[in-house]
Amino acid sequence: MSASTIRQLLGKLGALALTLFLSSVVIFSSILLTPGDPVAAIAGGRRPTPEMIEAIREAHHLDQPVWLQYLYWIGDVLRGDLGTSFLYKAPVVDLIAPRLGVTVLLVLYTIVLIVIFGIGSGILAARRGGAVDKTVLVATSVGVAMPTFVVAILLIWVFGRLLSWFPVYGAGEGLLDTLYHLTLPAISLAVLYIAYLSRITRSAIVAQQGAEHVDTAMVRGIPRGRIFRNHVFLNASPQILSISGATVAGLFAVSAIAEQAFGIGGIGSLLVEAAARKDLPVVQVLSLLLVALFVVLNAVIDVVVAVIDPDSAKSRRDA
Amino acid sequence: MSVGQLAGGRVPRAARHAARRDVLFIAAAAVMAVVVLVSLIGPFLAPYDPNQLYVGPVSGRPSAAHLLGTDDLGRDILSRMLAGSPTSVFAPVVVVILATSLGSVVAVVSAWFGGWVDAVLTRIIEVIFAIPGLVLAVLAVSMFGKGVIAPVIALSIAYLPVVSRLVRIGARTELGKPYMAALRIQGVGSLAICFRHLVPALLPAILAQAAIGFGYAMLDLAAISFLGLGAQPPSSDWGVMISSGQPSLLAGAPEQSVFPSLMVVLTVLAVNILGARVTEWAEAADR
Repeated sequence: MSASTIRQLLGKLGALALTLFLSSVVIFSSILLTPGDPVAAIAGGRRPTPEMIEAIREAHHLDQPVWLQYLYWIGDVLRGDLGTSFLYKAPVVDLIAPRLGVTVLLVLYTIVLIVIFGIGSGILAARRGGAVDKTVLVATSVGVAMPTFVVAILLIWVFGRLLSWFPVYGAGEGLLDTLYHLTLPAISLAVLYIAYLSRITRSAIVAQQGAEHVDTAMVRGIPRGRIFRNHVFLNASPQILSISGATVAGLFAVSAIAEQAFGIGGIGSLLVEAAARKDLPVVQVLSLLLVALFVVLNAVIDVVVAVIDPDSAKSRRDA
Repeated sequence: MSVGQLAGGRVPRAARHAARRDVLFIAAAAVMAVVVLVSLIGPFLAPYDPNQLYVGPVSGRPSAAHLLGTDDLGRDILSRMLAGSPTSVFAPVVVVILATSLGSVVAVVSAWFGGWVDAVLTRIIEVIFAIPGLVLAVLAVSMFGKGVIAPVIALSIAYLPVVSRLVRIGARTELGKPYMAALRIQGVGSLAICFRHLVPALLPAILAQAAIGFGYAMLDLAAISFLGLGAQPPSSDWGVMISSGQPSLLAGAPEQSVFPSLMVVLTVLAVNILGARVTEWAEAADR
């Protein structure tokens, strides 16, 4: 690794840390920006009992200056003390921990679907052309207008009522049963992204197929399959990765919609429930978690792209 | 006889392609026109009171009396969709107007001044970009309570980065062109350059982005209503209708959820096609 690559990585890491810090300040300040008394905001907007007021004042260090309150909060969070929900009357970590697994599984399942069908149909459209290309074009045009909740509604209607092939409620028990239960939710999350990734893949590959070095490789008599793998797809992959990465990194947040529609008790449905009940301590920690996941995943994808294709990273930096 | 046939050959592929896309464009424009018209006068067209219970049977099929059927409380679905259209269509419009105008201002200021102004603004935009729109909306709802207003403001802020990044790159390219230097040498004032030359040059790209942004805003706001955090029942916002019809799906009465879903998909599809078209025009004008 050259010195400039290392310097570039360090710079990225610094920017990452700064972004995380500033977004945590934004999330923290939501208590201050909530109209009315911060104690009421933390208690969920209801009139707290005198004991609760005392507990909240102490737990959130409300007698201290604001910047110290922030430092206490972020320090606790970083050490794994996520605070207390006064509405659920439970530590926030006890609310999140049992719900995290199913959301992670759902998101991973969704990513697998997106990668297989999104990249697959994009490659198919770009290589076959003609009627296949047109079919994929029409399907993806409709697909990018199909949000999770609409797909969920259609799936619940078709599979829950008409066909009964898949369960439409809950997350099941045991790994296989859980995957079976998560199939429809994962499809509902994936459709829009499959369509989006398919279009990006297709256009990136079509652009590469027209490149001169591909013609040269053809003339040299290299087998078509190998040209596609080594000359077309590999060159198209940084663009596919970097554009789709940002969207896929947001899946942990969007997962809330599928969880709600299919009655899955993950962190997404916890976030929605907490927001509906104005339980700020829970919403803050979950927002922080989702933002951190989003930022870190984006950064990882950036680094992967830079490793695959140093040129593209450099040209983006210069832009 | 067409020009292509006169020339003795087949109609050029590109031309046929363009014509076919035009049909699509006209269809999309027609759908959008109907949607906008309905959202303006829809509530007055409603054949029934949208909130009146049991004007028809519970979960009734579409019939002559109730063209789209009735919901689980016997309310007329068509009337509810018409009554809900102003919120469903204009809330995203507000998001797009706020995000686009604010984002463009930030981008133009950023590109114009450069240096530390650019650095600071870019950093702020970067932080906003780090918070997904849905998370910002949920945060806003837990601060200000359920309803349309908090998500609309949150999404307007969340959409800033996409607009401002695009416009900033465009503005920098435009400012680097020779005619900008020529204008300065002629002694044209900064504000005049900005508003008579720079902003008009960027307008097609901004409009294209606004069209695409409308689609995203509509989907996000409907999703937030679907989650129960946006417009509240008995409002007949399309997202609310879709979620409140969910129990009826399993009872075999899909109309209440499926018809508003179709409206959302159709509207977003139409606006995406229009946006793609405007992008093509913007790119063609650039060449």
